[in-house]
Amino acid sequence: MLTIDNLTNAIDGKAILKGLSLTINAGEIHAIMGPNGAGKSTLAYTLGGRPGYDVTGGTATFDDADLFELEPHERAAAGLFLGFQYPVEIPGVSNLQFLRESLNAQKRARGENELNGGEFIRLAKEKAALLGLDMEMLKRPVNVGFSGGEKKRAEMVQMGILDPKLAILDETDSGLDIDALKIVGAGINAIMRKSDKAVLLITHYQRLLDYVKPDYVHVLAGGRIVKSGGPNLALELEREGYAEVVAA
Amino acid sequence: MNALALPTRRQEDWRYSDVEAVAAIWPTPAPTRIDVAAGDVARHHLLQDAADGTAAVHDYVITIADGARCDFHVLNIGGKLGRVTFHVTIGSQAHFELNGAILGGGDQTLEIITSVTHAKPDSTSGQTIRSILGGRATGSYLGSINVARDAQRTDAFQSVKAMLLDRTATANAKPELEIFADDVKCAHGATVGELDKAALFYMASRGMDPATAKTLLLRSFVAGVFDDVADEAVRQALEAAAIAKLEALV
Repeated sequence: MLTIDNLTNAIDGKAILKGLSLTINAGEIHAIMGPNGAGKSTLAYTLGGRPGYDVTGGTATFDDADLFELEPHERAAAGLFLGFQYPVEIPGVSNLQFLRESLNAQKRARGENELNGGEFIRLAKEKAALLGLDMEMLKRPVNVGFSGGEKKRAEMVQMGILDPKLAILDETDSGLDIDALKIVGAGINAIMRKSDKAVLLITHYQRLLDYVKPDYVHVLAGGRIVKSGGPNLALELEREGYAEVVAA
Repeated sequence: MNALALPTRRQEDWRYSDVEAVAAIWPTPAPTRIDVAAGDVARHHLLQDAADGTAAVHDYVITIADGARCDFHVLNIGGKLGRVTFHVTIGSQAHFELNGAILGGGDQTLEIITSVTHAKPDSTSGQTIRSILGGRATGSYLGSINVARDAQRTDAFQSVKAMLLDRTATANAKPELEIFADDVKCAHGATVGELDKAALFYMASRGMDPATAKTLLLRSFVAGVFDDVADEAVRQALEAAAIAKLEALV
């Protein structure tokens, strides 16, 4: 589904990713772990197409498309979802309006029928219930006044409504207490654990992986994947620390 | 000074105007007079959508008698020059409320100029102006509030916010207070900003094309200006005109 080959990039002229390669197939959940400053969030933003995250080399193929040829909104319409570490607040725009515009923009881009108001509300209710988010929250402006945990749950409601093929979730577990972590983990499984979908989880900690079991775990350090393995690699990292595992 | 003399930019209330454009329609029409009788409530609106390249000047002289109220909604979007002025005198226990939006692009000069006089005690006024300017457009709000010596307990506010879509656009906001009473509340705030880039990327990452995302942000910026228009048909007409203009701007 996603093949990244020898990706390099730069922010303000400074190289961050230095030859990163990764292949994710449909039906797989991958976790990328790594120390602070390894380039984890940079990878997420670069795949999402954030302005300022300039690709300087390498390729990324999403299904059959050259990902870097697509504008950010075209990547979304193609089925890519980026879960933000710090979801953005948009005063004056309600979550429902934001999501309906987003979903219908994607549908227009794919040549599908847009949802009418009633159909959209039913869908939003279903996904909000899945994540235990009060519908009243969705009537409020996007992320404004939401706690850290509410923002992450709202991100997962967005993912449920937009129904992507590939979700790149950047530290979705940060800011969550144990109860919220369980709910968000169950939400990710319910929405994305399917044979035609895939997930790339970016996280510092093993604890999210107790709820969303990865098929593959990768260690990102110095802008490259330095080690890959099965779920046990996450436990090894937790036990021994990054320095030990990266050096081994 | 000859009353028919063309204004110049040396005059304070024409400082940011397009005096060349106004020459074509000089002398401008006589002001519209609105007199609100004691205890009455008056509601007025103006959709200034003059044709491209033309000049339009609308002057209002409003007196609000004791215990009366006047609500005015203005959408200023048309013409090469679109100028709307209000000269308001407010009586005791009376209220003036102005809600306005200026939406301009190209080489438009759009302005709202107010002079509000609180002549007697216990009167209130509120002015809320939102401007969105692209291209080489200039949008100006010049608002003076004058509180007479015996107009104690006056409570007045001005809230002016402008959004610039291009580096070449200009917003002017000039609140001016002249207060001769000593027990008075006059609040004013003015900001000029541009679209939040983090919000635009967030919206793009959810699938919104740039025009949809910008329009949604801009709609939220001017939302509220026409919320309290009492006549539903008027409200819809003003909102529809504002949305159509926004879509043309982005």
